[in-house]
Amino acid sequence: MEKGTWRVKTGLAQMLKGGVIMDVVTPEQARIAEDAGACAVMALERVPADIRADGGVARMADPTIIAAIMETVSIPVMAKCRIGHFVEAQVLEALGVDFIDESEVLTPADESHHVWKHDFRVPFVCGCRELGEALRRIGEGAAMMRTKGEAGTGNIIEAVRHMRAVQDGIRRLKALPKEELATEAKALGAPLELVARVHRAGRLPVVNFAAGGIATPADAALMMQLGAEGVFVGSGIFKSSNPVVRAQAIVKATTHYQDPAIVAEASGDLGEAMAGLDMKAIPEHELLSGRGW
Amino acid sequence: MRIGVIALQGGFAEHISILSRCGAGAYPVRLPSHIDDLDGIVIPGGESTSLKILMREYGLLEPLRELIGRGLPVFGTCAGMVLLAREPTDPDRSSLGAMNIEVDRNAFGRQADSFQSELSIPVLGDRPFPGVFVRAPVVRATDDGVQVLCRLSDGVIVAVQQENRLACSFHPELTNDLRFHKYFLSIDRGDVFAKSSYRRSQRAA
Repeated sequence: MEKGTWRVKTGLAQMLKGGVIMDVVTPEQARIAEDAGACAVMALERVPADIRADGGVARMADPTIIAAIMETVSIPVMAKCRIGHFVEAQVLEALGVDFIDESEVLTPADESHHVWKHDFRVPFVCGCRELGEALRRIGEGAAMMRTKGEAGTGNIIEAVRHMRAVQDGIRRLKALPKEELATEAKALGAPLELVARVHRAGRLPVVNFAAGGIATPADAALMMQLGAEGVFVGSGIFKSSNPVVRAQAIVKATTHYQDPAIVAEASGDLGEAMAGLDMKAIPEHELLSGRGW
Repeated sequence: MRIGVIALQGGFAEHISILSRCGAGAYPVRLPSHIDDLDGIVIPGGESTSLKILMREYGLLEPLRELIGRGLPVFGTCAGMVLLAREPTDPDRSSLGAMNIEVDRNAFGRQADSFQSELSIPVLGDRPFPGVFVRAPVVRATDDGVQVLCRLSDGVIVAVQQENRLACSFHPELTNDLRFHKYFLSIDRGDVFAKSSYRRSQRAA
């Protein structure tokens, strides 16, 4: 019997596909998410919109909160560690979380290095803005990817930009002749072996979700049609006026993303979406997606 | 042969791919209208809680219960096994309850305890089968008519068959071994077609 293999790490990500992973900060919210059909929850101390509003250093959540959420729901529980903070990752693994998100939403602990994720038995998900970044994280051991978007904004534009960039990168690699792969790997700053795999398979070697700015059922369906295999919704649910109804609606739109009639039905009577932010209103140094490399 | 794969959440694309490699036609099932004209149905792994909610929400539970009851062959992996199990305490009848088994969810613990292990499955031949267990359930108890297909070395039951209904704790669809899916395709289908398909019987008329 072998535990923590690449197969079982990437396998859990495959079982989450087509689903919605919701940010929650209390056991009550976790219960609402599970009852709405979320395939996993992300246990946090503050949702990204509040992290953005509060400022200061954002760190791993209090283990008490994470443990309480793990007690409450039977679906997988994820938690975030700071980029490069391998001790926070060790703590989360010791707590028994099912997935660790090495996340740009928290304040990075290391400007140059991410966690060496192969050393852990628990799988990791990481953010990316384009193909090279995705392949660097996978090279370090990420068993799942998510495009970064811009968390806590309720604005889908960055999520779309990043998903298009990843998909464009994949299409480009697929079309290249073999002898150009090494040069392309150099340009992407990505391991040649993974570049060659993407070239052969025409897809990332791990599951890729969308994150950062999804606030409505139509946002979720948009990301799915652009190639996401599932979505993370952070502030979008519990910063809206009716989280229960919105959570169910986003799950519905994610499952039936190819069926506009069902997305339409899911989009009605949801109350107010979170207010949202224009990218131009955010000073450069407050953008989260630029964290990590 | 037309096999429907419940495609609400989870590893449905992997089942569709492996069934196609076995030579079957595999089709995603998201709505009741997708169930017509099938020779079998696969319930994939995923989150059983989410799958139950979504199956109820989209009106798939009743038609599936009826078709499986009439003899439509079914194969459930991981969460799919949980959905096929009988639940003694299931007030909202959220499960299919199609097999005389009781299961324990997440029986091995959390994700850090997910594992791979070679399995002995006599109906698939002598060669060991690659078992991929991800937050897997196990069969706690079996009742009338249930045949055990596989046990772990400690005796825990991880694959079962009841007539033309199959269930396993692990994920054959995450491997390159086609034998479990071929076994599903080979089990006796009786006159299931005539019984289960309105459209087919209309066409025949």
